[in-house]
Amino acid sequence: MIPEGFSYAVPNTLDDAFTLLKEFGEDAKILAGGHSLIPMMKLRFASPTHLVDINNIPGLSYIKEEGGYLKIGAMTREADLEESALIKKKYHIFMDATKLIADPQVRNFGTVGGNIAHGDAANDHPAVMMALGAEVEISSPSGKRTVSIDEFFFGFYTTAVQHGEILTEIRIPAIGERTGTAYHKLERKVGDYATAGVAVMVQTDASGVCTKAGIGLTNVNPLPLRAKRSEEALVGSRLTEEDIAKAAQFAAEDCNPTDDLRGSEEFKRDMVRVITKRMINKAISRI
Amino acid sequence: MREVRFKINGEEKVVTVESRTLLVHMIREQLSMTGTHIGCDTSSCGACTILIDGKSAKSCTLLAVQANGKEIITVEGLATAEGLHPIQEGFKENHGLHCGFCTPGMMLRAIELLEKNPDPTEEEIRWGISGNLCRCTGYNNIVKAIQYAGAKMRGAELPSTEPEFV
Repeated sequence: MIPEGFSYAVPNTLDDAFTLLKEFGEDAKILAGGHSLIPMMKLRFASPTHLVDINNIPGLSYIKEEGGYLKIGAMTREADLEESALIKKKYHIFMDATKLIADPQVRNFGTVGGNIAHGDAANDHPAVMMALGAEVEISSPSGKRTVSIDEFFFGFYTTAVQHGEILTEIRIPAIGERTGTAYHKLERKVGDYATAGVAVMVQTDASGVCTKAGIGLTNVNPLPLRAKRSEEALVGSRLTEEDIAKAAQFAAEDCNPTDDLRGSEEFKRDMVRVITKRMINKAISRI
Repeated sequence: MREVRFKINGEEKVVTVESRTLLVHMIREQLSMTGTHIGCDTSSCGACTILIDGKSAKSCTLLAVQANGKEIITVEGLATAEGLHPIQEGFKENHGLHCGFCTPGMMLRAIELLEKNPDPTEEEIRWGISGNLCRCTGYNNIVKAIQYAGAKMRGAELPSTEPEFV
């Protein structure tokens, strides 16, 4: 399978990339890791007239804590996250998630920014970023703007990133004391999209009362979904078995899965309930 | 058409390709190196795995133009005048293949795995080759082949290559 023809440009600076994107207009696509885009182009689901490859632009790949945030450069590869000492030490949710994203070869190329900017509710980072309360930095010739992850996804393959703009950084409030995180997705085989996936972040005070909770759901809604009622069920709770079961039940009720080859709606709702419960408990065990 | 300059198995090449040419097609059809296979053509099976700047990659999901300035290793670049690469020896000694279609991709993936983790556990090997499908062996002998190559590469005692009867 070979994509339709296109022109290919590989700029060395962000400014050059912006110039090219402006020149090409809506017919251009940005090539990051390419492991979602190129398969779509091969199947001719996507046929951009111009590809702007941003792999040669330096300074877009990093993982660092700075000013109270974990900052991830948009071109950071999944494999870089997997191997980062900082991530291994503090951000366990990414160790859970990256292991389940595609396979090792794909993770060598797939980028964190691309996983989000692709705007697919079946991708794993969107739910993880929701649980962590992330914000996304979008750059353009007129400067940088920041969008909350809750306001980032507009529709299927549609995000807050407008033509001519480039997603450059993901910022996550640095994980502090007494915080635990976890992610799991049910997949039929390695490399599959989630039948259902759940990302959880919980924080407690010294007495064990939950002060903050974030829960994001993968592939059980047209858009990546924040399980708001589940979060509310946890905040202020001593994280009893009863409250956790309630939060899990709310997630199952509030998602909108569809019947497909991965399972029936009923099955997926039940999997959301089961995985939510397990991930809350796993996150608590990591506090 | 675009000119792509890169090194493959130690040799400098300049090849003219269309922007849409996939890397695996350039390697197989323009360089006539047919050891890199096309299996699923959808980045699932790993038969097209090569090394780009030391990283294992599925060459059916990269454009040939993306190879510009890079260093590629394919299965043709593994053996030297001194003999087989340890990973090739591992597959040979442990019957790590039946039909052989997945083998080049398996070996190149295993090389990166062993470079990052010279003494992997069985579980780490199985996760490490989770992007490579084999329809013949049931994977057990592939795992043994990688363990053998790991031992050889780090100078440890070689594991037994006697088949297990279970």
